[in-house]
Amino acid sequence: MNTVVLLTCTGLGLGALYFLIASGLSLIFGLMDVLNFAHGALLSIGAYAAWWAATDGGLGFWPAVPFGVLVGTAASVLLELALIRPLYARPRDQILATVGVGLALPALITGVWGSDARPFPQPAALSGTVDLLGAAVPVNRFVLIAAALAVLLLLRLFLARTRYGLIVRAGVEDRAMVTALGIDVRRAFTLVFAIGGAAASLGGALAGLYFGSVNPSQGTGLLVFAFVVVVMGGMGSVTGAAVASVGVGLVQQFANYYTAAGLGDLSVVVLLAVLLLVKPRGLTGRLA
Amino acid sequence: MSLLTVRDLRVVIDGLHILHGVDLDVAATGVTALLGRNGAGKTTTVKAVMGLVPRTGTVTFDGTDIGRLPTHRVVRRGIGYAPEDRGVFAHLSVAENLRLAERDPHPAYDLVHELFPELERRRGQPAGTLSGGQQQMVAIARTLLNGNRLIIADEPTKGLAPKIVTEVADVLARAAETVPVLLVEQNLALVRRVAGHCAVLADGRTAHQGDARALLADEDAARRLLGVGAHRPAAPAAPEGGPR
Amino acid sequence: MTTHLKRWWPLALLLALAAAPYSALPLPGLLDGPLGSPGSLQLIALCLLYGGLATGYDLLLGRTGLLSFGHALYFATGLYATDLAMLEFGLGFVPAALLGTACSVLLALVLGAVSLRVTGIGFSMVTLAFAQAGAILVQRNPGGYTGGEEGRSAPAEHLPDALIGIQNTANLYWIALAYLVLVLAVVHWTVSSPTGRVWAGIRENERRVEVLGLRPYGFKLVAFTVSGALAGAGGVVYLLLTGGATPQAAGSDATLALLVMVVLGGSGTRWGPLLGGVLYTWAAHRLGDLANSGSVAELPSVLRVPLSQPLFLLGTLFVAVVHLLPGGLAALPARLRPGRAARAAAPVTAVPEGAA
Repeated sequence: MNTVVLLTCTGLGLGALYFLIASGLSLIFGLMDVLNFAHGALLSIGAYAAWWAATDGGLGFWPAVPFGVLVGTAASVLLELALIRPLYARPRDQILATVGVGLALPALITGVWGSDARPFPQPAALSGTVDLLGAAVPVNRFVLIAAALAVLLLLRLFLARTRYGLIVRAGVEDRAMVTALGIDVRRAFTLVFAIGGAAASLGGALAGLYFGSVNPSQGTGLLVFAFVVVVMGGMGSVTGAAVASVGVGLVQQFANYYTAAGLGDLSVVVLLAVLLLVKPRGLTGRLA
Repeated sequence: MSLLTVRDLRVVIDGLHILHGVDLDVAATGVTALLGRNGAGKTTTVKAVMGLVPRTGTVTFDGTDIGRLPTHRVVRRGIGYAPEDRGVFAHLSVAENLRLAERDPHPAYDLVHELFPELERRRGQPAGTLSGGQQQMVAIARTLLNGNRLIIADEPTKGLAPKIVTEVADVLARAAETVPVLLVEQNLALVRRVAGHCAVLADGRTAHQGDARALLADEDAARRLLGVGAHRPAAPAAPEGGPR
Repeated sequence: MTTHLKRWWPLALLLALAAAPYSALPLPGLLDGPLGSPGSLQLIALCLLYGGLATGYDLLLGRTGLLSFGHALYFATGLYATDLAMLEFGLGFVPAALLGTACSVLLALVLGAVSLRVTGIGFSMVTLAFAQAGAILVQRNPGGYTGGEEGRSAPAEHLPDALIGIQNTANLYWIALAYLVLVLAVVHWTVSSPTGRVWAGIRENERRVEVLGLRPYGFKLVAFTVSGALAGAGGVVYLLLTGGATPQAAGSDATLALLVMVVLGGSGTRWGPLLGGVLYTWAAHRLGDLANSGSVAELPSVLRVPLSQPLFLLGTLFVAVVHLLPGGLAALPARLRPGRAARAAAPVTAVPEGAA
């Protein structure tokens, strides 16, 4: 029982992390058809910015997280404006550009801070465990889950209640028609990149908490699993991404624990292939 | 005096030449009909005017060149567009579909609700669950919300029941009293009723421009240019060759 | 004279490359030691190998228009299957190499048949998923076969004597050269065959190929399998060159590296992928040394840090090429010629921003 509770909480925490990456990825793909291979690098930027602010920057953990989010968001907006926007007429080249950024940024981080994992400062309030149904669950799991829930709620409010949310939902269905109503859909592109960058870098800062350390390839490693979540949840669907995140996180944790190590990861990746093959339309989902 | 002037409009998509030089003049008042057989390039022509497909040639709207503007800026010049497939966002509600089209500070909801009382009743319903005629109403309503200087409607009566066709025709005729309309249409009875000027496309080129009723009264010319007598072909219209 | 030069330069270059082991020409900066030294030969051999791998990968990307994110899987399959056939089954090198390549072909055929059922970005993601599954499998060391992080060294006792030891580097070099020539020949031959013309049609517009009454699926599967076979054979050469199989060969970074090579050099051209592969491999190895050299170590950290990361430089160069030089380096000469450059730079038509 203890183990089940612990695995569930850890799986949910991991799922929360996936959601923070996948929600933005899903919106970006849904609206722009850009599979953002640089999204993992954005997570790493958020993670290292937060780590730097909390250690060398001397800000302490709590201000360091928003600092990381700010830097990650700025990087994401810059990426869209400088590298993605000039390539709107060349969709494949947009993906290639993100591949290049996804390679270059972690390398730059390695150049500055080295390739070894750096311990992430754990604030006292979050370093302990909570007794839940007899299991000692690390507090940071709950922090991640709460953060993911908050992001989910904010995203749903944004999509349902704001004009730009409306534009994004319409653009996921038919981007050309949105422009044919006199709307400059490129602003929505920049906006979803900002949202995606913010969520991913928040995920990065909290991943430092979850894993206890940051390393340059962390984001890229998580990216593949985020792809699984995006496809499972339906491209462009935030709620779908949330449900799929939970599913993938739990499956991975339980399978890794109860079967051979690595089998959970393997099954999730194979699941991606199977899903795409069985339901190729999973790539053209709807917003909910 | 024409409001919209198109000269030597050419469109190439994926290496395929779809338009080879279309000329088109849209009158500053009333309805101008754009006619032609299936695959002649009517839908591609209006998409090219809207900037929805890559194009060359000149497109002049009210004296200014709009041939290089991106779509949203073409629209903001005052062109309302109801596309062939209606372009309704199926997962958005009727109200959201309309709200998305708002550009003016005071959108003309009074007019829209007067013309389409049904849309007001169904405002919360997802547009995808509407009937074809209701979806067409949404598409036309979106062009009427703002003070447009031209409305382009691409086959607004396609696939609709006769009663609804009449309803749509009434609305177009009423709209044309205040704003010029470019109408792509296969229903020649409707064209005869509402259109003044017309242009006929064949194989991606302009084959004829002139008075719509005169053309339709001339059985030989109508058969030669449109492939029909002056009535609607019995077979359902096949989709045109151009991309969506 | 110039036409002769144009026609025969590949042969002349091939002869020069074949003779390289006999040369003591020093190429300071480009290479550490003289041309014929084992260290230099090893690096050039790797460059040639990756030139061949990139050329084989371009059969998918540039010739058929298929963006696969899983090519490393077939490379790694050839590599690991050959190594394990020697280690576990005690096969000699040649049968093991044949078996390893056959495994790649089979896997490419099966997974290609499955992956090609989806098109566009879906295909890219399915190939990525399969390759990632392979990478995880190799990493986790099932049954102790793959050796996990450490990988597994090739057993010297099963390899021919002429392929072992630093004194025989020249032989390995010639094998790499032969592999490259093989890939170039296969790609040239298939691309100019009727099948190759269908590939070109698929790349331009798949629907038009269907209109002609052809089923693109079968043609794409042929491209996928041939490309996988070439990658598998490349894995065998890699095993010889590096003396073992390591999990880096299976990772997604390996596929992305191939992608970068091809696009850098010029996708869909005869020499572009080769050029990109050679340049990338050379840069990845030499830039690291350069960073440790005295001249760079004295630079301020703003310059030194980026210069010390080959992947950063290559990634940045890649992004720059994607933006500024869509045809890759192979398109550079045509671009530099006046007149053509102007035409290439000016967009012919206004492009809609919402469509595409």
